[in-house]
Amino acid sequence: MIVAERKPLAEIIEMVQDCKKILVLACRGCVTVCSAGGEREAEILASLIRLGLKKAGKNAEVFDASLVRQCDKEYIDAIDQFKGQYDAIVSTACGVGVNFIANLRPEDNVFPALNTTFFGGSAEQGIWSEQCAGCGDCVLHFTGGLCPVARCAKSLMNGPCGGSVDGRCEIHPEVDCVWQMIYDRMGNLQRQEELTASAPMRDWSTSRHGGPRKQVREDLTV
Amino acid sequence: MSFTPDIRLFSCHYTSQQSCADEGRELQQLNFPENVKMTRVVCTGKIEETTLLKAFEEGADGVYVVGCPADGCHNVKGSQRAAKRVEAVRSSLGELGVEQDRAKMFFLPRGLHPEFVGAAREMNELVTELGPSPFG
Ligand code: SF4
Ligand code: SF4
Repeated sequence: MIVAERKPLAEIIEMVQDCKKILVLACRGCVTVCSAGGEREAEILASLIRLGLKKAGKNAEVFDASLVRQCDKEYIDAIDQFKGQYDAIVSTACGVGVNFIANLRPEDNVFPALNTTFFGGSAEQGIWSEQCAGCGDCVLHFTGGLCPVARCAKSLMNGPCGGSVDGRCEIHPEVDCVWQMIYDRMGNLQRQEELTASAPMRDWSTSRHGGPRKQVREDLTV
Repeated sequence: MSFTPDIRLFSCHYTSQQSCADEGRELQQLNFPENVKMTRVVCTGKIEETTLLKAFEEGADGVYVVGCPADGCHNVKGSQRAAKRVEAVRSSLGELGVEQDRAKMFFLPRGLHPEFVGAAREMNELVTELGPSPFG
């Protein structure tokens, strides 16, 4: 899922300091799972914005509501039920949600409440880690299912780099060297031999090098 | 100018049960500060961050939670959860440039009146010294 975290309050409050009616809009998708932007967090944020503005001597009404997802046109349409009731939307969705509202509602002011951080997973309650960078040309079949693009500091395709110590990456002692993990895992799978071949040349145009990416599924479009 | 703070206490049923005995008269006799308004909850783990923030929105100058000892909670981890939420509120207060001590967590065993009253006095003194809430 997409992992995100709340921006510093001062930053959010500055965005809306001159607004009189504010809608804090939660997303019930990924950001609910990572406890950054779900209904509960939107309710907390609405309260904190009220307190922050009050402290600054400003008077504003702050509501909170939620959409099933903010990355789907059909769900964005539900915003219209609040039409005329706010002069700013503070979205607690990931950056996709904020972009979607901005794309679809030219008249609405929309502000991000979160910093969208990465595509990750939760191995333990309350701890998330990056697993995939969405590079668009997956190599997990060569690497035993562990991603060198997202999880190696240098995105090496033929690792390790030589900087790892005791299985840890040289960037931080607490980060596992993913290439050590790949090597060990391929050994467990009796596939270590495969790592002696050079990785095929990568086409990075599918990554962030070819401009905004688009995906079309003809079978789903009408 | 003298100032009597509006203090809200959220306490779990177990920690506060003795204190509510005899319709609270015992508590009165022990000089529990009158300006501390107590809300009893089934477990402090039930208290949401918004519950504490709402109290500030409604005019509280200080808010505190009293739950079971962290390693002896009747509901196992209830008071630990509460402490995390109090901590989140304290950190948000800090972000808003407000004294973090306006929100506090206390872990107390059941029914020990002097300690329960002591926590209320401590909070009362602390918040009196801090003065009225800047959210006023
Ligand atoms: S190789 Fe690319 S698509 Fe596959 S997991 Fe890594 S970043 Fe994601
Ligand atoms: S130590 Fe491992 S994970 Fe870190 S940069 Fe080198 S190969 Fe990548």
